[in-house]
Amino acid sequence: MRRDVAGSRAARPSPSSPSSPSPPVAVSRWNRTASVFTGACVLAVVFLAVLPYWVGGPAEQPLITLLTFIAMASLWNLLAGFSALTSFGQQAYIGLGAYCLYLVALHGVSPFAGVLLAAAGAAVVSLPVSALVLRLSGGYFAVATLVVAAVFQIAATLSPSVGGTTGVSLPGLAGYGDLLREALTYWVTLAVAIASVAGVYLLVRRTFGLDARAVSSDPVAAASSGVRVRRIRLLAYVLAAGGTGAVGALVALQTLYVEPTSVFSVQYSVDMLFMVLVGGIGTIEGPIIGALLLFALQEWLSADGAWYLVIVGGLAVATTLVAPRGIWGLASERLGWTLLPIGYRVRGQDGPGPP
Amino acid sequence: MNWVNAVVQGILLGGQYALIACGLSLAFGVMRIVNLAHGDLAICGAYLGLVLSSALGVPVWVTLPLLLPAAFAAGMALQVLLLGRALRHGVLAPVLVTFGLSVMIENLLQVAATSDPRGLNGGALTLASFSIGTLTVSWLFLAAFLTACAVLSGLQLALSRTSWGRQVRAIADDLDTARLVGINVRPVFAVVAGIAVATAALAGVFIGTIGTFDPLAGTSTLIFAFEAVVIGGIGSLAGTLVGGIALGVTQVVVGEVNQAYAVLAVHLLFLAVLVVRPGGLFTGHQPAREVLRWGALG
Amino acid sequence: MTPDPPLLEIAGLDLFYGDFQALFGVSMSVSRGGVTALVGANGAGKTTLLTAIAGARAPARGTVRYAGTDITAAPPHRRISRGIALVPEGRKLFPSLTVQENIQVGAVAAASDAWPLDRIYDTFPMIARRRRQRAATLSGGEQQAVAIARALAAGPALLLLDEISLGLAPRVVEELYQVLHRLRSAGTTLVIVEQDLRRAMEASDHLVCLLEGRVALAAASSELSRDLVVAAYFGQGDA
Repeated sequence: MRRDVAGSRAARPSPSSPSSPSPPVAVSRWNRTASVFTGACVLAVVFLAVLPYWVGGPAEQPLITLLTFIAMASLWNLLAGFSALTSFGQQAYIGLGAYCLYLVALHGVSPFAGVLLAAAGAAVVSLPVSALVLRLSGGYFAVATLVVAAVFQIAATLSPSVGGTTGVSLPGLAGYGDLLREALTYWVTLAVAIASVAGVYLLVRRTFGLDARAVSSDPVAAASSGVRVRRIRLLAYVLAAGGTGAVGALVALQTLYVEPTSVFSVQYSVDMLFMVLVGGIGTIEGPIIGALLLFALQEWLSADGAWYLVIVGGLAVATTLVAPRGIWGLASERLGWTLLPIGYRVRGQDGPGPP
Repeated sequence: MNWVNAVVQGILLGGQYALIACGLSLAFGVMRIVNLAHGDLAICGAYLGLVLSSALGVPVWVTLPLLLPAAFAAGMALQVLLLGRALRHGVLAPVLVTFGLSVMIENLLQVAATSDPRGLNGGALTLASFSIGTLTVSWLFLAAFLTACAVLSGLQLALSRTSWGRQVRAIADDLDTARLVGINVRPVFAVVAGIAVATAALAGVFIGTIGTFDPLAGTSTLIFAFEAVVIGGIGSLAGTLVGGIALGVTQVVVGEVNQAYAVLAVHLLFLAVLVVRPGGLFTGHQPAREVLRWGALG
Repeated sequence: MTPDPPLLEIAGLDLFYGDFQALFGVSMSVSRGGVTALVGANGAGKTTLLTAIAGARAPARGTVRYAGTDITAAPPHRRISRGIALVPEGRKLFPSLTVQENIQVGAVAAASDAWPLDRIYDTFPMIARRRRQRAATLSGGEQQAVAIARALAAGPALLLLDEISLGLAPRVVEELYQVLHRLRSAGTTLVIVEQDLRRAMEASDHLVCLLEGRVALAAASSELSRDLVVAAYFGQGDA
């Protein structure tokens, strides 16, 4: 009796029966929880958007901080979580975005609209930078990004046209009353946060997502499967740079002052690392949770800067070793939820496969 | 403008950079770990030197027989307890862990020692110098350079002549096969990590004696060490010395013209090497090929 | 008269690469001083089985017993010091080390000094001349010789060889098999993975055929005909 070699590769070890036609396999990318959650998100966005009208000032400030965190975390996750680019130099683009905003505001553009131009400026500058740093990978890439940030900072310090070591204050805001300025800052921050989360989410759901994760796990295999490795990394790097540039512009809007040491501070990278790692690297929900956590931590420990950082660093280290998938990773395993699904669920003859 | 003097000072300074860099190079070559806390560990060495030499009332050199073994042990502990575990979680985990560690160390040092800049007691060596024609050479600088050369040569000899060195080179070539042929990898990793931290601590002591140091000096130290490794060529000890010298000479020579641009010039040199010859000056080693293979993939 | 206990005994080995199962309940025994040939198509699990014996991968289920002791949980360096050595598929020499250094590295966990450098160079005259050359610069046949020499340096009682004839000219393969013959005469137990069925049957006294991770055939080579082996190899006929 001939044994069908291909058929015997299926799960059952018993060789006797001839292989029967397998039942149809269903592939799904969405689920009911996700629909509910997306609906809730839309409501939340509407709520947040009208917030300045009925709550005003006191609620805006903390939300601005939180929303900025969410944007930063989502963008860093695009790099480190989906594309295996562990950059500790994103502060280069925060500073660059802040200075770009200063420069466009100087030329009469409204600072609020200028955020877009700052993002574009950061993205453009990131192109030649990428030609340098993307030659490296892993830890070497990480330190190279630190060097780039250091270079940007020194360049700013040595440029009298942007205030050198003293820095500059943001022009073009004199015409706005305090209340209006705060509200506009809030809305722009909200817009950037939504754009960052939604942008990364939509991007990762497309082929880019699969390609990027393939590159992360095995670049040689990915390349031999036809994935344009260089292009994926470039796209991730430039998009993250642009988004981070927008965040930098937001920082300038919020503090009204741009000064090299604070705007190029490696502190930003520490925050991004914490939020993404502890929240849940490689998921869309994770960075948001991480941002909430960092916000809470900052509120609670704001008094002692050094201890706060020790704890932040310590939690990041502990999470990598003990719970590498972060809070969301653990939660979604237990609850089986994917609120913002990016994977493929396969239901075959043996029941649901891994998401 | 004494160019010859500047170049000589630069070469001597380069020795220090090579000393801080060789641990980084070794750790990456063998374990494929870039320890982002490496610079901070060097600064810890300086602080430990400060504590010991103040407590014992002696120049910091006398404390070395205590300091170096302690640093070696700390390196082994770091590997066994933290980095070894991190490696099991993938290639990027050590990068994330060591960055978090760097943050912790810098801030714990701030809590313990405040952010005031400190200096180490180098005894008589600090102030002494000698002259050859137009050259003025400080004994301390020369000592740092010679120590670096001694350490690097010693390491190179150990790698090429001893059984341990063969095992290390085999692991650097192919970790899985090294295990298969019977090399017990964990103890080798622990010893390499110990050497890395001990050399970093020694470099830190020189840094602290020649200049000042503070809790946040680790990051710039790391960056210089890293640049020396990349310029010289990942995986080559001789390259690390050459890379360090390239850094030192650039920094001092440019500094003669305009001090504000000295550090920037060093960074730009690094970036230029990255463009023109990304493998560094001494290429062909396996670790370099792995780090740079991204460029080859379409 | 009780027969000698087997040197190597594998029972019910299941081995996974992540979710993929490569070995299904593989059982096998190798008697002391014998030569066992392990054959099968690509992907049948031959290399997986050898690396499991060498200790590079831990099985999910099953046991590996060597000289009566359970070594299932022992890491590779322990197994080498007990007397098992592997010549890996694709040779896997250390390219930046010289020929001599490659061989010396094989001895770090050595079970015995039955194979000092002199004896190794006598057995492999073709590489003796090249002892100070970097391994990467050697020809395929010389590299294979060095790979075998490296495993021998551990003084093994059980030598595992994975596809040593791959990519080599027949004359070179013939030389290597003559060395294997001498090893066998010297008392070393051999397990040879071999694509060339003729060689496998000639050189061995016991033959095991794997098919998709399972043992399809296990018998004394003298009792087997080529057709029987081919049938098991491809999964045809009564299995």
